[in-house]
Amino acid sequence: MIEIEAGGIASTVQDLGRTGHYHIGMPPSGAMDRYAHTVANYLVGNDTDAATVEMTYQGITATFRDDAVIAITGADMSPSLNGDPIDTWETVAVDAGDELELAFATEGARAYLAVAGGIDVPEVMDSRSTYTLVGIGGHEGRGLEEGDRLPIGDAPAERRELVGTRIDDEDVPDYANEDTVRIVLGLTSYRLTEEAKETLCESEWTVSSEADRVGYRLEGPDLEFEEREQPFGAGTDPSNVVDLGYPIGSIQVPQQPIVLMQDAVTGGGYATVGTVISADRGLLAQRQTHKSVSFESVDVDEAIDARRDQNARLEAIRADIEGEN
Amino acid sequence: MTEKTTIKSPMPGIFYRQPDPDDPPFAEPGDTVEAGDTIGLVEVMKNFHDIEADSSGTISEFLVENEAEVEADQAIVELE
Repeated sequence: MIEIEAGGIASTVQDLGRTGHYHIGMPPSGAMDRYAHTVANYLVGNDTDAATVEMTYQGITATFRDDAVIAITGADMSPSLNGDPIDTWETVAVDAGDELELAFATEGARAYLAVAGGIDVPEVMDSRSTYTLVGIGGHEGRGLEEGDRLPIGDAPAERRELVGTRIDDEDVPDYANEDTVRIVLGLTSYRLTEEAKETLCESEWTVSSEADRVGYRLEGPDLEFEEREQPFGAGTDPSNVVDLGYPIGSIQVPQQPIVLMQDAVTGGGYATVGTVISADRGLLAQRQTHKSVSFESVDVDEAIDARRDQNARLEAIRADIEGEN
Repeated sequence: MTEKTTIKSPMPGIFYRQPDPDDPPFAEPGDTVEAGDTIGLVEVMKNFHDIEADSSGTISEFLVENEAEVEADQAIVELE
């Protein structure tokens, strides 16, 4: 059991998300940086879909009530155990009574704490992910607070043998400098003028302070729409279309772009002019407020290849970890 | 001899000097603050984080304007 002493700014329990319910308006939720979440799980011998604690900008302070095997990945929040710094992207042993403390993020925005056995909160619709907007999943459907107690799932004692395992440096993302995310133009990109499509892909966008698990609002140049007589039901604003389902990662343009993330609203009437590819959504989720982001246009085949490459890289990391022990 | 210290923002966001637009600022230059006193707020993702004085002293200067964008580790207030 993990007892939370301080919850940080926005710390929630997340797994890979709640799939299969989008049609009823239920977004997947799940870890914003799937790569970091998955590596953390592999380092402690868990499967990809075990629940971790996702921390944003400021980490938790917590006391372990049982011995545990942990790994912290993602943004660097200078973690320490009983006051002594511990490494990230590495498997660490924790004894009952130890206090884990994370500070503010220096690079990246989100850190992941995996524990051998996983965070064992109840499943809601087949997922332990927290969806705070409607208050379901995770720990009581909300962010972690002082006094919360997180149960840890059972893990075999052999997990201790993983302690000291770390992944190769080249597999650790450079969150401070990864500023380009790939997108596939589409759905209603026909609503933008040709110049606006170029502007979208050639401009430097800035992550606003309104960037959370629901969406990332970006600031930059205005995008011009093709003139047309709006169809019935679309509303009068040129950024409106007749209602659409919004894919996760889609870039809607009420005025400035908003990239929809894991807790997205699932549909509505804004023109949705492109989609951040799944392999790069984690990098966007790690861009801090006020940092710049650029979009690089790719086609669907390249997007699928990128996803395949990322999955292959994760599988290689898992094989390495298993091979070492 | 007076020793100057700066209070930094631990995270990126928008800096606010008052708890609410209609309320007076937490502190003004010349005010004496104790360690732990709130001197401002930083907002990110609709969360407001208190910026507290880490030592006692007199506020000599605010280094950022109210409602200005701040970066992580940016100096906000100078104490002496």
